[in-house]
Amino acid sequence: MIKFLTQLGCYVLLLKKVFSKPEKPKIYYKQTMHEMIYLGLNSIGIVTIISFFMGAVITLQTAYNTENPIYPTYLIGLGCRDSILLEFSSTIVALILAGKVGSNIASEIGTMRVTEQIDALEMMGVNSASYLILPKIIATLIFNPFLNLISIIVGIIGGWIAGTLSGVITPEDFIYGIQYAFIPYYVTYSMIKTVIFAFIITSVSAFQGYYVDGGSLEVGRASTKAVVYSSVLVLLFNVILTQLLLS
Amino acid sequence: MIRVNNLDKSFNGKKVLDNISVTFEAGKTNLIIGRSGSGKTVLIKSIAGLHEIDNGEIWFEDIHFNQLDFNSRKEIRKKMGMLFQGSALFDSLTVEQNIRFPLDMFTQQSAEEKIERINFCLNRVDIINANKLFPAELSGGMKKRVAIARAISLNPKYLFCDEPNSGLDPITAIMIDELIKELTEEYQMTTIVNTHDMNSVMKIGEKIVFIHEGVKCWEGTKEEILNSDCEILNDFVFANALAKQLKLSSK
Repeated sequence: MIKFLTQLGCYVLLLKKVFSKPEKPKIYYKQTMHEMIYLGLNSIGIVTIISFFMGAVITLQTAYNTENPIYPTYLIGLGCRDSILLEFSSTIVALILAGKVGSNIASEIGTMRVTEQIDALEMMGVNSASYLILPKIIATLIFNPFLNLISIIVGIIGGWIAGTLSGVITPEDFIYGIQYAFIPYYVTYSMIKTVIFAFIITSVSAFQGYYVDGGSLEVGRASTKAVVYSSVLVLLFNVILTQLLLS
Repeated sequence: MIRVNNLDKSFNGKKVLDNISVTFEAGKTNLIIGRSGSGKTVLIKSIAGLHEIDNGEIWFEDIHFNQLDFNSRKEIRKKMGMLFQGSALFDSLTVEQNIRFPLDMFTQQSAEEKIERINFCLNRVDIINANKLFPAELSGGMKKRVAIARAISLNPKYLFCDEPNSGLDPITAIMIDELIKELTEEYQMTTIVNTHDMNSVMKIGEKIVFIHEGVKCWEGTKEEILNSDCEILNDFVFANALAKQLKLSSK
């Protein structure tokens, strides 16, 4: 318990340092743009692939589990849309990004720590925590909602293609289903979750990397911890946010 | 001038530095020597503010450095340059960008002025046609020289060098030592160099402090070091077979 509280305290203090006034906003802006490419644009590929197959599987599973004449077939489209919108595009994609982006951030910052590059920044009078972490947080907070949007669109397309190619649903029924009883608030809910998950993944992973002590072995451990802790926190906050936003 | 009074530092209850008091003079190459694990790096990093000390005082001229808050320390840190043991160049930046970094961060210079300063610093450390190379493409000696160029880019008043010639061949090591000495005299910096290399001690040492197991055992000049009565220091200085032979023959 004491160890947990110590870690929590260190995390809060790190965030305080991260959100202090930047030395030169222009340099931070450049860094943020760089991180958007590195952490955001470079994730489009994996998000697209996963979302496509996720949508396809959801459609087929919904179809095979609702093979009953009482249920109209357009419900397959509706089920696909709501599953992707409410859960898969925000939470599952966040878990995938925790693996990709989280380990990347922790190992990058951790390596900088063990090779004294962070000390070099501090020696120059640069707020290393802010310089290294703030651009990553801002970049993911801005870019991850776009990834979420891409995931929603590609997921539904994946469902539509799988459903029509396998013959479980006609294209017209699928389109009708995804338009039926649409609640726009679900998109807002999904975006809110994505932004909070982005903050968790980036800040927790950066925290793990920033406080690495030792050598390459510890960097590897920090990277693993970053993925595990941010994934668990994403799942925990998924429950909290669902209760808060949908109840 | 840097003054350290009664400095203590522990890690997880283990005392690493015990009651260190020493003054490092301006315009001189001050050396901290001692065996590996004696606390040299912790001392130099404590002085530079990279480690928080448990007790004691660190003064930069008349400024009580360890009592300053984070933002006030930043102002002093802009006057410091440090050469780290592993060079600590930023991997993702080229040689030119590494040296440009402090200029971008802390000066209002135009792009032309920055390029001029970068080339001046690189020429000063004898690095030519390497502006666009990444640290991974440089040799150990080149990395050290680029790190020196980065350290002097803002005309520092204080230069800290942590084992500047570790892992280098003897000729490159001497070149780095000479470069540090020349720059110290040229810019009248207060330079502190950590080393366990006796060649460096005899070549560039003006004031020498010997640390053993976290305790300052001896301080003096390179002339005095050869005739010291401190047994632990003698064991360290004359550990080398050739040095031992020289001492015996001089007797």
